Amino acid sequence: MEAHAKSVTVKYDMDVVRWFTIAAVIFGVVGTFIGVYVASELAWPFLNFDMAEITFGRLRPLHTNAVIFAFGGNVLFATGYYIVQRTGATKLWSNKLAWFHFWGWQTIIVCAVITLPLGLSQGKEYAELPWWVDIMIAVVWLSYGLNYVMTNVIRTTSHMYVSNWFTMGMIVMITYLHVVNSMAIPVDWATSYSIYSGVQDAMIQWWWGHNAVGFYLTGGFLGIMYYFIPKQSGRPVFSYRLSVLHFWTLSFGYVWLGAHHLQYTALPDWTGSLGAAISLAMIIPSWGGAMNGMMTLSGAWDKLRTDYILRFLVTAMAFYAMSTFDGPVMAIKSVNALSHYTDWTVGHVHAGALGWMSMISFGALYHMVKKLWNTEMYSDRLVNIHFWIALIGAVTYVVAMWVSGIMQGLMWRDYDEYGTLTYTFVESVSAMHPYYVMRAVGGAIFNLGTWVMLFNVVMTIRQASATRATNPVAARA
Amino acid sequence: MSDHDHIYSTKFQDKVERSTLVMFIMTALTVAVGGIVEIVPLFYLPNTAMSGGDGTFNGTQHKDLQGNVIPMDKIVWNPATSEHKSMDDWQPGDGVRPYKPLELAGRQVFIREGCFLCHSQMIRPFRDEKDRYGHYSIAEESMYDHTYQWGSKRTGPDIARLGGKYSDEWHRKHLKYPRDVVPESVMPNFFFLENAKVDVEKTTKTMAVMTKMPFNPVPKTIYSAEYIAAAPEALKDKTEMDAVIAFLQSLGNHVKFEEGVNYRD
Repeated sequence: MEAHAKSVTVKYDMDVVRWFTIAAVIFGVVGTFIGVYVASELAWPFLNFDMAEITFGRLRPLHTNAVIFAFGGNVLFATGYYIVQRTGATKLWSNKLAWFHFWGWQTIIVCAVITLPLGLSQGKEYAELPWWVDIMIAVVWLSYGLNYVMTNVIRTTSHMYVSNWFTMGMIVMITYLHVVNSMAIPVDWATSYSIYSGVQDAMIQWWWGHNAVGFYLTGGFLGIMYYFIPKQSGRPVFSYRLSVLHFWTLSFGYVWLGAHHLQYTALPDWTGSLGAAISLAMIIPSWGGAMNGMMTLSGAWDKLRTDYILRFLVTAMAFYAMSTFDGPVMAIKSVNALSHYTDWTVGHVHAGALGWMSMISFGALYHMVKKLWNTEMYSDRLVNIHFWIALIGAVTYVVAMWVSGIMQGLMWRDYDEYGTLTYTFVESVSAMHPYYVMRAVGGAIFNLGTWVMLFNVVMTIRQASATRATNPVAARA
Repeated sequence: MSDHDHIYSTKFQDKVERSTLVMFIMTALTVAVGGIVEIVPLFYLPNTAMSGGDGTFNGTQHKDLQGNVIPMDKIVWNPATSEHKSMDDWQPGDGVRPYKPLELAGRQVFIREGCFLCHSQMIRPFRDEKDRYGHYSIAEESMYDHTYQWGSKRTGPDIARLGGKYSDEWHRKHLKYPRDVVPESVMPNFFFLENAKVDVEKTTKTMAVMTKMPFNPVPKTIYSAEYIAAAPEALKDKTEMDAVIAFLQSLGNHVKFEEGVNYRD
């Protein structure tokens, strides 16, 4: 009987997870909607409406911050707190700190929504927020890190589950990145300047930029993959050893990739080449991880016919594999010479963001909504519809940007028979128009899917709360 | 033997997985390596335009056609050795200099409006980029750019060597209503920059901040107390439009590049 002591029901702290989940669903709608708007501004410039606050240059950071930090962040925190409790069979180390984290993070998002349209920008991509918001982010992030690590410490299971390795790696790395990259001297409350300049600032910025992708948008989401795919499919992770390899090689290798954003710039060649070489090598852990996720379905592939949530999760792995092939190819210097500065980069990012990150998030969110509110989805059919809408939207978007990017690159470098440039720059701009329209349409389709999800989740929660009034949900181990 | 005692990987990995602390330390070390290797040398190696702010540099290894290393003050303006001793006497080709007050104010507007999201300032060493934009960019040219503005996307053209290419009047028209000048343009209208006066206080404070930077500060011999004190006069009655145009006109003509010299090694 002693041995069974640990299987006694644990009371989890799931309220905060519910709130993070709801926030994630809402910011999925908001973030992609702003994305559709900025995309439309490039297709139809009149949409800037001569208002400084909504011009492309000010709204684009709002889009990136909204999808990365508001949507992505809330997904990561919801799933992180959910996974760490369940795999550790413990409550959170501090429920209060988790609530501080929740409200702190939402306050940061509100600050972003106010400051970015007002033009408070530090001029670094994905790190535009003003210096005092950077301090808030650091404080809230450390509260999250402390709570997460300590919850692992007080776990009642013997080993840390693989998802928690990835999340912990993310927490550590983002702390390094955010602190180092945000070092700036304020001029006043609105403006500050980086303490680095030129080459050093560029390298530090892309060390941040690519590892925000590598750890925040990949590492953290791989943690989601390693928990929710096995849970949803009812199969164990395909290979434990592969996951060990995946984690350590990814953690070691991803950090080096930032330099591939600076090929042929004033950054010394060795740095860019080193970044490119390791980028190529990263195909191995990335595909190892993707295979590990996919092969978890061995013997359960038939579930894809009936389990729509599983469709999201598995499609995400396909996009993950595709993006992690696309990326290393673009890091090769000769390919980068063509792809850099073009829409190909935008296509690559969105193959990852829409196809991999969002899909795995949607799958995980649906899974959690069912568990957290102890109910079935209001409509499984709408989950399926969301899946197809999201897939069509993502593919439309990505294809448009791939085509326009490669076309741009080829037009810029084209010479006529007299040895002069064939196209003026503005000819390449007008050639992009149809693809910018197609991108806006693809994005709009994708955004529609998030509305479907919001509706479905709201209806599910309403339906569940009706029963909950008489029958309180007990969290189960 | 219970399943929890079975080791499926190695003893070490098993130990790491059992201890949060060991996992934390191992991870913290693993993720630190790449950044240290790629970033730290950039503060010490030559050709990365790292200066001490007192005229000392890590140096260049650019060699002229005779094989002599090009002295740093041919590339970065040094009032002590240049025949032009003050910011107002400085001429294009004298070497990289910091921004004048109005240009600095324009640069702040440039960052505020997110211009760098569509306009890069980093020309690569390719034939087409030379034909289209000019000589490739070198590290020294952005050494005073606290918050570098190389950009990552060319929705519009690169502007690293825009200075002097078009008249102020062209820029004014184009910034106000881009499609009046370039019908295919997708740039927003920035006519509202003409309605706002330059923020004088912010600009003088920025100049002071630039001299306090721990890396690549503007030398206090250039942004001297007198020079900063004179800035409000130069900014008087100027609009943000004037400032942005001054900034754009300052780009890319600082260094006199010699034909046949490889500035990348």
